[in-house]
Amino acid sequence: MTADASSLTKAAPEPRAGTAGAGRRSLGSRLAEGVSGGLVRVFLIVVGLFWLVPTIGLLLSSLRTPEDMAASGWWKVFTEPSRLTFGAYEELLKNDDITTSLVNTVLITVPATVLVVVIGSLAGYAFAWMEFPGRDWWFLGVVGLLVVPVQVALIPIAELFGEIGLFGSILGVILFHVGFGLPFAVFLLRNFFAEIPRELLEAARLDGAGELRLFARVVMPLGGPAIASLGIFQFLWVWNDMLVALIFSDSGSQPITVALQTQVRQFGNNIDVLAPGAFISMVIPLAVFFAFQRQFVSGVMAGAVK
Amino acid sequence: MTPASAAGAPSAPAAPKSRRSVTGTRKAVAALFLLPALVLLGALVVYPIGYSLVRSFYDQSGDGFAGFDNYRALFTDDGIRTALKNNVIWVVFAPTVATALGLIFAVLTERVRWGTAFKLVVFMPMAISMLAAGIIFRLVYDQDPDKGVANAVWVGVHDTFAQSSAFPKAHPGRESPLRAAGGGAFITKEPVRTGQVVTLPLVGVAPDLMPDDAERAVAARPEDGKITGTTWQDFTRGKGVGKLGGVDASELGYAGMKIEAVKDGKVVASTTAAGDGTFTLPAAADGAQLRLPADNFKEPYNGLDWLGPSLVTPAIIGSYVWMWAGFAMVLIAAGLAGVPRELLEAARVDGANEWQVFRRVTVPLLAPVLAVVTVTLMINVLKIFDLVFIIAPGSSQDDANVLALELYRKGFSEDRPGVASAISVFLLLLVIPVMWFNIRRLRREVRR
Repeated sequence: MTADASSLTKAAPEPRAGTAGAGRRSLGSRLAEGVSGGLVRVFLIVVGLFWLVPTIGLLLSSLRTPEDMAASGWWKVFTEPSRLTFGAYEELLKNDDITTSLVNTVLITVPATVLVVVIGSLAGYAFAWMEFPGRDWWFLGVVGLLVVPVQVALIPIAELFGEIGLFGSILGVILFHVGFGLPFAVFLLRNFFAEIPRELLEAARLDGAGELRLFARVVMPLGGPAIASLGIFQFLWVWNDMLVALIFSDSGSQPITVALQTQVRQFGNNIDVLAPGAFISMVIPLAVFFAFQRQFVSGVMAGAVK
Repeated sequence: MTPASAAGAPSAPAAPKSRRSVTGTRKAVAALFLLPALVLLGALVVYPIGYSLVRSFYDQSGDGFAGFDNYRALFTDDGIRTALKNNVIWVVFAPTVATALGLIFAVLTERVRWGTAFKLVVFMPMAISMLAAGIIFRLVYDQDPDKGVANAVWVGVHDTFAQSSAFPKAHPGRESPLRAAGGGAFITKEPVRTGQVVTLPLVGVAPDLMPDDAERAVAARPEDGKITGTTWQDFTRGKGVGKLGGVDASELGYAGMKIEAVKDGKVVASTTAAGDGTFTLPAAADGAQLRLPADNFKEPYNGLDWLGPSLVTPAIIGSYVWMWAGFAMVLIAAGLAGVPRELLEAARVDGANEWQVFRRVTVPLLAPVLAVVTVTLMINVLKIFDLVFIIAPGSSQDDANVLALELYRKGFSEDRPGVASAISVFLLLLVIPVMWFNIRRLRREVRR
């Protein structure tokens, strides 16, 4: 009896687009529904185009010759697709500034991501499972730092790095990103680790695991999903950063975003560098986005307060 | 944030029994686990806050105490005032527009089967850098309608509704029967009579700008009781004018040229030239002067100056919405999934239409999510930098200025670190309510 009732209530809200009630509804209301359903589709398709066209424009612009770009809009390629060329990309990859800066982007992003994950996990585990005086106050302090704007630290850290010789170095850029990545990392991981069932940790402890082994063999593997979200979020954050690197890197250590930014001032004359450059800088983030959609979404959703 | 003060805080929340250490860790081990994070946070986040706070009360060289001078500059310096004004515009419009669009998208995608694909497309810009988005939108907003897609669409729409002019720069040549009539129009020097054949030659239209339907010009034949004539380009590239004021074989008619007959300042008849430039006017035009009105010769509409001083901020906000509406949409869609379908269905059964269900049931139920999304975007917008820095061209960057950009300029190109520190402290003050809210919410959770 109860099963019947529940299946009924489940069935009731199900009918989509009013199929269940169609018999009772007038022809007019069904017609109106069909029309509005069509309008919804048209609206969403138009919006989707609005969202796609700018990126497509960049891609097609990067595949045209500078002469074509100076003469006409990128949509003209549809009338003469044979004029598309990878020439701009070939030129770009011969440009030492660009290739060096691409390498720099990797050299900055990978360590900044790994360090945040490792250091954040250590602290997150300590906040979740260790006992020490004022633990929760310390943790709340870290949470308070979540929304501190990076702008507050630009001038002080520039002076600090200048004094200790880190200004203009890749290490300086990495350190800054780690510092501002940590509050979110600690916050996310502490909350995730705190949900690990106590019995699991106790069992490992009884098997004679020390604190470090417990952390490496039990906590880290169990924290996989949170660590993945954090890692992806931090990776994209650092990869896409321009402001921090603009201030703390120099011409030898600058990532791709800064290298391209210096070109923007002559916008129009050097679209053959900017368009393929911007597209190359987008390839990795887009690949990450399509490969790890779920972790990406949860990471962005949890971390957007930054 | 010294260890002593934190450890000695009298009312520290009691450590929940359920998460008591399973290892009986010594404090030294805990300290080792925490040390890297706390040292980095202290040096890179906490110390700069204190430093900026102190620095903001010193003058630009850092030697003399300046009191509130740097803060006074926030309201007297022209650059900062523009930045403040623009930041207010940003904080009011960008989050609300992005959230509203996110809500609409989230609700509508539930009704189509390809909703996931749509969400993917709209969410995708979240993955790319603001620099890349900036370059993308520099292209989109290019002033030239032949290059920037925004103006290409805008001009297309504009020209569909407003007649575009066909003959920019056309003007009478030597010994022309026409003279300027003011306002860009041309008028015949003499009145015309029925039975007469009128010639209205002009020059100056570039060959590639001639209308597509222009044909070889033909000399009109006289007709009784009517006025006939031809209007054409009395010039062929490479061949010159040929017979001045006469229709030569290689010359093209002004297809679509508007012609008015004006008598005593009133238009008594009007017509439009055919493809070969010929036209016919009725007897009513007898004794009138023929005028070619100015809208034949207007410069073609060139679209909006998106990145000019007046539109640059809305244009950049548009690119921000492009990037962040997807974020709002995904968060709201997650909230929507938690709304009990029974409530919506009950409202429908009670006779509410879709709009009423949306307005009276869905939106109120989603209010907490909408608030979180809006506040998150507001914090984000407060610090907006890259998009403005990249999209606003040098000529209008002053007009597009925002606080984060002004901080960068003051601190790193104008060498006024005192004022820049005051801006950073101001930004920090603006996010403190959110900081406080985060801590309060978590304190309850930590205690549980």
